[in-house]
Amino acid sequence: MAGGREIKTKIKSVQNTRKVTRALEMVSASKIRKAQDLMKASRPYARLMRQVIGHIAHANVEYKHPFLIERDTVKRVGYMVVSTDRGLCGGLNSNLFRKLLGEIREWQDKGVEVDVVCIGQKATQFFRRLKVNMVGSVTHLGEKPQIAQLIGAIKVMLDAYTEGHVDRLSLAYNDFVNTMTQKATVTPLLPLPPSAEMVTTHAWDYLYEPDAESVLEHVLTRYVESLVYQAALENLASEHAARMVAMKSASDNATNAIDSLTLIYNKARQAAITQEISEIVSGAAAV
Amino acid sequence: MATTIRCDIVSAEEEIFHGNAQMVIATGEMGELGIAPRHTPLITRLKPGQVRVHLENGEEQFFYVSGGILEVQPSVVTVLADTAIRAKDIDEAAARNAKEEAERALANRSDALEVAQAQAQLAQAMAQLQALEHLRRSLKH
Repeated sequence: MAGGREIKTKIKSVQNTRKVTRALEMVSASKIRKAQDLMKASRPYARLMRQVIGHIAHANVEYKHPFLIERDTVKRVGYMVVSTDRGLCGGLNSNLFRKLLGEIREWQDKGVEVDVVCIGQKATQFFRRLKVNMVGSVTHLGEKPQIAQLIGAIKVMLDAYTEGHVDRLSLAYNDFVNTMTQKATVTPLLPLPPSAEMVTTHAWDYLYEPDAESVLEHVLTRYVESLVYQAALENLASEHAARMVAMKSASDNATNAIDSLTLIYNKARQAAITQEISEIVSGAAAV
Repeated sequence: MATTIRCDIVSAEEEIFHGNAQMVIATGEMGELGIAPRHTPLITRLKPGQVRVHLENGEEQFFYVSGGILEVQPSVVTVLADTAIRAKDIDEAAARNAKEEAERALANRSDALEVAQAQAQLAQAMAQLQALEHLRRSLKH
């Protein structure tokens, strides 16, 4: 029986692979709900934060914070890259990195240097190999990312921006559209995009306690933090969705492979039997 | 003339309260603040402490926040609460950690950090105790 045993072991190994991919698929399917709940829970904060920032943009602010001022010359740009910690989630990370690399190349061609802060192991591993300046990294956010885990990485970039090392800051992550679609997104964080001009009925300003500078600093920092946190949650939901889909198609492929291997095995078995019979028959005829 | 003011209290990880209030009292950086309807626009940082909301029906609700931002518009009060303990030294340590993780080096925590951390935790514990005390008293009556 030609290769019967080999085909059998192959089938076994594909079956084992299918077990793993099935399990991963089901794990992600159950985790995605939690991730989506987290995403929803943090939305009110992001919405109110945007509202407050909108008010500030319309107020006649006496103090111009560096985060609000567009700089004329750009010598160095910063990216905060949110990725997953684990692989096996289809093209999720590579799509994001490809999109980001395009932008980074463009800057580098113009002679602008690039700093990155990596959130998640995949980004850290990826950017370690590249000719970009990795200034910070956070990994292992887990299933329930907390804002406290992200503060450090964000502060690195915000400090660099305030000190003038970085003239522009963007955020790259996978936007969760729905279970089937995740969109690699790169959005500008700083300077704050100028708000749409509204007809000001009267010029007003806040009362600041204790003073405009420190309060605005605080509010704008929180604003950026909330955006990055939201991005981390979106990315987490995207990760589970992408993994679920990738593992589902992997399981389906494994099933197909098992089917065709079984067919080959049966054919080989049949051929072996036929051959054996014809050998016996011809042996008997010779006698 | 509005006699109530809309009040939203949220933290980054969940929505805590929203509804109409007669008055909102919070611990600002510079001291206690009582916000009544049609207050002038104001924005301030909050210290760890409680936010008290006087509801329309005369009831009072307490919330504990570990810092955050209070924004007041004439018809709406927004409290953006922090979930994490924040202090300058702690933030800086977190930033340093992030940097060091990038450099794969070990964190070297300073004494100043530990003091700041302890202080922040103490302030938080005090405020939590106060909030509890308040709750206990209001339950007795």
